[in-house]
Amino acid sequence: MSGILVVIEQRDGRIARISWEGVAAAQRLAAQTGDAISAVVIGSNTENLAAEVATRPIAKVIRVEHPLLAHYTADGFTLALQQLLQTEGPAYAVLPHTYQVRDYAPALAARLGEVLISDVVDIGDGPVFTRQLMQGRLNGVYKHSGNGACLVSVQAGAFRVEASDAAATSAAISVFTPTIDAAQIRTKPGEPFRGSSQTVDLGSAQLIVSVGRGIKEAENLPLVQDLATALGAELAASRPICDNGWLPMERQVGSSGQTVAPKLYLAVGISGAIQHLVGMKGSQCIVAINKDADAPIFEVADYGIVGDLFEVVPELTAAIKAARQ
Amino acid sequence: MKIIVAIKQVPERDAQVRIDASGKWIDEADLQFALNESDAYALEEALQLKEKHGGEVIVLSAGPERIGQTIREALAKGADRAINIACDDLGSRDALGVARLLAAAAKQESPDLLLTGLQSEDLGLGQTGVILAELLGLPHASLILHVEKTDAGLNVKRELEEGWFQQIEMPLPAVLTIQSGGNKLRYATLMGIKRAKMKEVRQVSASELGVDATPVVMLDRVTLPQKQKSTQILPGSPKEAAAALVEKLKFEVRVL
Repeated sequence: MSGILVVIEQRDGRIARISWEGVAAAQRLAAQTGDAISAVVIGSNTENLAAEVATRPIAKVIRVEHPLLAHYTADGFTLALQQLLQTEGPAYAVLPHTYQVRDYAPALAARLGEVLISDVVDIGDGPVFTRQLMQGRLNGVYKHSGNGACLVSVQAGAFRVEASDAAATSAAISVFTPTIDAAQIRTKPGEPFRGSSQTVDLGSAQLIVSVGRGIKEAENLPLVQDLATALGAELAASRPICDNGWLPMERQVGSSGQTVAPKLYLAVGISGAIQHLVGMKGSQCIVAINKDADAPIFEVADYGIVGDLFEVVPELTAAIKAARQ
Repeated sequence: MKIIVAIKQVPERDAQVRIDASGKWIDEADLQFALNESDAYALEEALQLKEKHGGEVIVLSAGPERIGQTIREALAKGADRAINIACDDLGSRDALGVARLLAAAAKQESPDLLLTGLQSEDLGLGQTGVILAELLGLPHASLILHVEKTDAGLNVKRELEEGWFQQIEMPLPAVLTIQSGGNKLRYATLMGIKRAKMKEVRQVSASELGVDATPVVMLDRVTLPQKQKSTQILPGSPKEAAAALVEKLKFEVRVL
């Protein structure tokens, strides 16, 4: 068992940014284990993708090619990667922690008698792998034992891609053809489609006031709406608010909603689970109002007010109105 | 349809969690526990499918004695019966080890459909349902918001990233992991709570399921996260803190 395989994910023929972060994580791992890095592209027509990946500082690129891999299915990807891992026998496999990977990698690991260490945010000496627990309130440090491949998926934004990552010479490219029978693919996926028409473009908003579970009841929303109006900000929300139907889904910020990077992101009653943070941590200034001083939102906030939002927000709205006069 | 819903009891969302003396887990002494949120949505989906198509809803959970409370709550909401896998060493098993327990118990029932939430709020591994499908040799789909029964099996709505969705057709039996928000959750009625006391909870011990408990992946220690930014906490009364924030918004952030 040696070597590190990095699985590259594509969307519509383009390499997802998180895939490069996976390569960065593999480099971090390689720095302590000395393993060579191979990148894996999967599909039915991966020639161009492989050429692009080959410009990175890696030892080789493997094209896992099969007509039945043209569209993602958990069955197809699990079968193909199981065969590749058994052939290559890597010590580590690094995957991006995307919705797609979450759909097949746990099954792939189980088929190999292994367990995926999912949603990793840091790799330490050992190696040990850090992932978040308790909705981001704590970290857990995990170790892999046994002789099989250690499978790891890495969280978006956790590993920095360096600009100097281009290699001097292109890596070698090879093709791996898995054996897949059409009958082995049990699900029939449809074409991806957009949800309700997107009339709110939070992505271009300069100021956002965002509300979370701390607001308790739909009837309390005007409190936050008033603050947004006073600021001239768009109103947004974390997932539970939209799940409850209190605000439309198109106002949701986070991994399943919109990704925003405004000048000001004012989070009201949002604890800051990672699914929310990935959608807003690129904001220039983050302000958090929360009654729980240990809430993970304060880990990314520039300014914080620890207090009851029902007391703080009306005062803030009044103070902003006064400042605007 | 015979539907099994695998549920997990987790610390209450707002609970103050502290690292225990061993540094390997959290101090559970004063914690309140509740049903994991996405598992509540899985249960709701199962109950609605039963209301439409008939059949039976069985809840399945593994853990120490305290999970009995959460199982009763699920029965009060309308599940027909339950399987309680008594297991005091759940924390020392990895995702595969826990899924092996659940799979062994589920297999005895030969369900048409197995549902679970997509992720737990404590460990957040997001793997149990997908591993269950693998162990049972069943097709699966994850992050599911809507389930429709068809002549050939199921047509499900899967959530993708950034506001995209996808329909997937699949045969039964199958395993689905349910995303929160697809349905409106019901509350237990007084009648439901009364009836729950009469419903069957089959107790199974982890040892009698005879599965391998040796972990491949271990949680070595629990630590406090490092701050990514130095947060300036604005002190004082709500009025004072609000005034201080307005100053910052005006002169530092320059948005006023």
